[in-house]
Amino acid sequence: MASSNKHKSISYAKWGYIFILPFFIVYAAFQLYPMFSTIRDSFYEKITEGLLDLPERFVGLENYSKLFEEGDIFSYFGNTFIIWIIGFIPQIFISLLLAAWFTDIRLKIKAQGFFKVVIYLPNIIMAAAVSMLFFAIFSDIGPINEVYKNITGSDEPYQFFAHIASTRIIIAIINFIMWYGNTTILLMAAIMGVDPALYEAAEIDGASPSQTFWQITIPSIRPILIYVLVTSLIGGVQMYDIPQIITNGTGSPVRSSMTVVMYLNNQISVGKNYGKAGAISVILFIVAAVLSLLVAAFNSKDQIAENRAAKLKKKKMKGAMKI
Amino acid sequence: MSANTTDHVGEHTNKTKLLIRRIIAYVVLVLLTIISLFPFVIMIINSTRSHPEIQKGFKFVLGSSFGVNFKNVFRNTDLPLFYGLRNSLVVAGFCALLSTYFSALTAYGIHVYEFRLKKFAFAFILVIMMVPAQVSALGFYRMMFDLGLTNNLLPLIIPSIAAPATFFFMKQYMDSSLPLEIVEAARIDGCNEFRTFNSIVMPIMKPAMAVQGIFTFVANWNNYFIPSLIIDKKELKTLPIMVATLRSADFLKFDMGQVYMMIFIAIIPVVIVYLALSKFIIRGIALGSVKG
Amino acid sequence: MTKLKRVLCGTMCLAMAGSMLTACGDDSSSSGTNVAEVPQKKEGNEESKNTIKIYVWNQEFQGLFRRYYPEYDAVKSNYDTEKHEKKDTGDDFLKDGKKVVWVVNDNQGNNYQDKLDAALKAQADSEDKVDMFLIEADYALKYVNSGYTKDLSKIGITDTDTAQMYDYTKQVATSEDGTLRAVSWQATPGLFAYRRDIAKDVLGTDDPAEVQAALSDWTKFDEVAAKMNEKGYKMLSGFDDSYRVFSNNVSKPWVDENKKIVVDDALMQWVDQTKNYTDKGYNNKTSLWTDPWAADQGPTGKVFGFFYSTWGINFTLKKNSLETPVDKGGEEKVGNGIYGQYAVCEGPAAYFWGGTWLCCAAGSDNEDTVADIMKKMTCDKDIATQITKDTQDYTNNKEAMDALAASDYASDFLGGQNHIALFASTAPNIKMDKTTAYDQGLNEAFQDAFKDYFNGNATKDEALENFYKAALEKYPTLSK
Repeated sequence: MASSNKHKSISYAKWGYIFILPFFIVYAAFQLYPMFSTIRDSFYEKITEGLLDLPERFVGLENYSKLFEEGDIFSYFGNTFIIWIIGFIPQIFISLLLAAWFTDIRLKIKAQGFFKVVIYLPNIIMAAAVSMLFFAIFSDIGPINEVYKNITGSDEPYQFFAHIASTRIIIAIINFIMWYGNTTILLMAAIMGVDPALYEAAEIDGASPSQTFWQITIPSIRPILIYVLVTSLIGGVQMYDIPQIITNGTGSPVRSSMTVVMYLNNQISVGKNYGKAGAISVILFIVAAVLSLLVAAFNSKDQIAENRAAKLKKKKMKGAMKI
Repeated sequence: MSANTTDHVGEHTNKTKLLIRRIIAYVVLVLLTIISLFPFVIMIINSTRSHPEIQKGFKFVLGSSFGVNFKNVFRNTDLPLFYGLRNSLVVAGFCALLSTYFSALTAYGIHVYEFRLKKFAFAFILVIMMVPAQVSALGFYRMMFDLGLTNNLLPLIIPSIAAPATFFFMKQYMDSSLPLEIVEAARIDGCNEFRTFNSIVMPIMKPAMAVQGIFTFVANWNNYFIPSLIIDKKELKTLPIMVATLRSADFLKFDMGQVYMMIFIAIIPVVIVYLALSKFIIRGIALGSVKG
Repeated sequence: MTKLKRVLCGTMCLAMAGSMLTACGDDSSSSGTNVAEVPQKKEGNEESKNTIKIYVWNQEFQGLFRRYYPEYDAVKSNYDTEKHEKKDTGDDFLKDGKKVVWVVNDNQGNNYQDKLDAALKAQADSEDKVDMFLIEADYALKYVNSGYTKDLSKIGITDTDTAQMYDYTKQVATSEDGTLRAVSWQATPGLFAYRRDIAKDVLGTDDPAEVQAALSDWTKFDEVAAKMNEKGYKMLSGFDDSYRVFSNNVSKPWVDENKKIVVDDALMQWVDQTKNYTDKGYNNKTSLWTDPWAADQGPTGKVFGFFYSTWGINFTLKKNSLETPVDKGGEEKVGNGIYGQYAVCEGPAAYFWGGTWLCCAAGSDNEDTVADIMKKMTCDKDIATQITKDTQDYTNNKEAMDALAASDYASDFLGGQNHIALFASTAPNIKMDKTTAYDQGLNEAFQDAFKDYFNGNATKDEALENFYKAALEKYPTLSK
């Protein structure tokens, strides 16, 4: 952002309030109030057994201490993280590669529009439907097992959903397929925002494509890279529908695919244990808030990256660019 | 590597290298295209197969029950598909409109004006962006139940006015593409603040709004969680609820052919909206990128 | 950065303050188990008095109601009595002009019960009353032992009306105070459906009586399983196929009077048997209702038999047995797949599977109509006979079923066997006096947890631990 803009804001302060008012009114009415009741519940023992609302009891931090004592929540955070990272590594790798190719002037990929539209398509199907489809594909009598049987000559199918690693990997693959297009488009946008003069200079200097990529592209798009990482991490923390459908809510095998939000959902919709659910929600919220600090950190680093880019530009002017 | 060493041999190897890179790129792209279209292919194939065929395991062969499945889905008067399409269109459409307009308005308020709570407001929205839906869903449902707003589409539409992620995108977009000089010029021309926003800022924001419009549309079109809490009247059910109802059908009626058919029908409108707006998506995000 | 930290703290403080505020405004509700009917604070309005509001999770009862309830106004409801389907999306009407409104909530993630519970709890203050709702056996006691269901004797359903019902269907629906709270039109005794061709190959006979003699207890059942394995067949398809046969014959209820979870020996017997079968390859490691399980019932299947109840044999098993499905022009007759190759016998123990019960909601403002629906749909011998004849569903009327059992009724699908006779002889033996309100969740959790043991992902003790974990998650008030 040009620094000159910052000081030129118009002093019509009341308009600022008016413009942001609808957002805050609606948020307060529909989200904030329910959130308060969730936080309140976390300090109470509040259970509905069958059709009976058991009497509420103020228990202070007992719900929290119990959660930490049981320790299960840590393993569910662990599961969530593992499944997320298995999907995220190929996602960021492929997306970077694609973004670099699409923006590479020398490569001149044909039918770019087609590819860009297609890679985003999986994102528009319901996650539940995609999960169902993959469940059918990897089933004991599905096509993947047919191929497996042909290759190994075995009569027994490989039971993908009876093994910890394969279940997690399938969930991660679905995540990958649904989101790599989104990431690619974001990264592409970032790369297109890099000053073309930098690339021209690199080309004149005879830099190889990989040198250009690592020494110009990556540093320049660092803010967006971090943004992608953080938003994807938040999406990861909230992972729910895919493992829920794939494992039918059980997080099987041995609860190794149970994510935090599935755990939360089990407390709410199955156990009706609203106190414990409240505590899990608050912990989730705190984890998410810490992540939001990261977003803020990346926002302020924006400036650093800009400075670096400006410095590089100056160096280029002097013709002393090192590659 | 020293600069400016382009002799003939070098050019030749460079060309071969480029060719190899291009081949790799196309191979990877074609593979990814196959992977991306894969779910659609399975879905379409399964929507042409009957329930017993589907149960016998997936095969890459088209079945011949497309017509039967199609007829069955439309003939089910207890799950009126036209109502489902209409409700989903109303909810997703209004959500897309409201969320993009008000997010842009909010972002504009924070981008253009100086006021005391500006920094707080911005940070607050960033924080709430991270709250998962499950955290407030139950309280939300209880509140709607107490207010008698269940079986009403409004509780599915109105909350989209406060969409933190959409706001964040709009704000980033304005940072890069909305110079304050334009606003000042408009003011000199005698526009009031709302008119400035509606007739001058909105056109500039068009690509960003198209992008977020499609994102919001898709997200709400596919949303099952909140609508299933609010709606249980057949005339007001959205498509994901109908798909779920079909999936929990009794043993007499349970028919995966119909389930896949309904998913297939449910996807068509989104694909149309998406393809219509896709040029904005590719261009729009590029324009909205954060640049120096 | 620091700004944001401050904002975060601020938000948290605000949240705390807000939560205190809401805390003040809340008064906690009273408790205590009470099956006495919930008193109504408001009467239903005119519209509610003229509307029968029925909560269901699928369309099964809807279909039966439209087809068999004599007071249903087919003309006004635009119902095609030939094709048995409704022609438009409009409402249903009764002959006295009252409207029937169906509230359908799918079962995904407990959705049906959540919605029903919310409606029942709001019933006392509502002017729009729920009149009737449907429940399943596994969670029947949750509603039966509550003040939200009406004692059916109070709306005119007498012991004479229900005299012909099978005892277990009444046991399931009897409240703590001994009153009947729900009735069912179905009885769902279970049998063992086996492949005749495999029986001949391995046991040398496909005669139901002789096969039954070879399978009459679990020890014999295991011996046959070993023989099946020698000849390259599987005894059962999945882990949970035999579960209900064990869980219906437990010696103690799932939960004792101190709310402690009790794992019955019969269930551990199921665990050991299934582990044994899995390790020795006697089963195909599938799960109920999955595609591979369904495929095992078809022409390519190598599985000897399936534990199935009434409805499963004539619908699911039959459909799965065909080579060419009916939709594709296949006919339900011998020669299409393995149609005609199945037969049924009682198996090692009596059990039941499935069934739907009708309840009258406390506070209903259409009790008379609800009572009439119950009497016609569940107590009427002629209607029961007709339903069985038309749909082959087994209905809850001893007299009607015994009459059909004694007839020359023969099922082509079962190679000419009269399975109604077999059902009629086993149904009276079913006992359901060990049920608790927690059965559904505990049974599911138990089967899920031990799948890990069968698959070798967990030891028996770990699986038991995980079962307790899931059980307490579902029912936080219980203890280990």
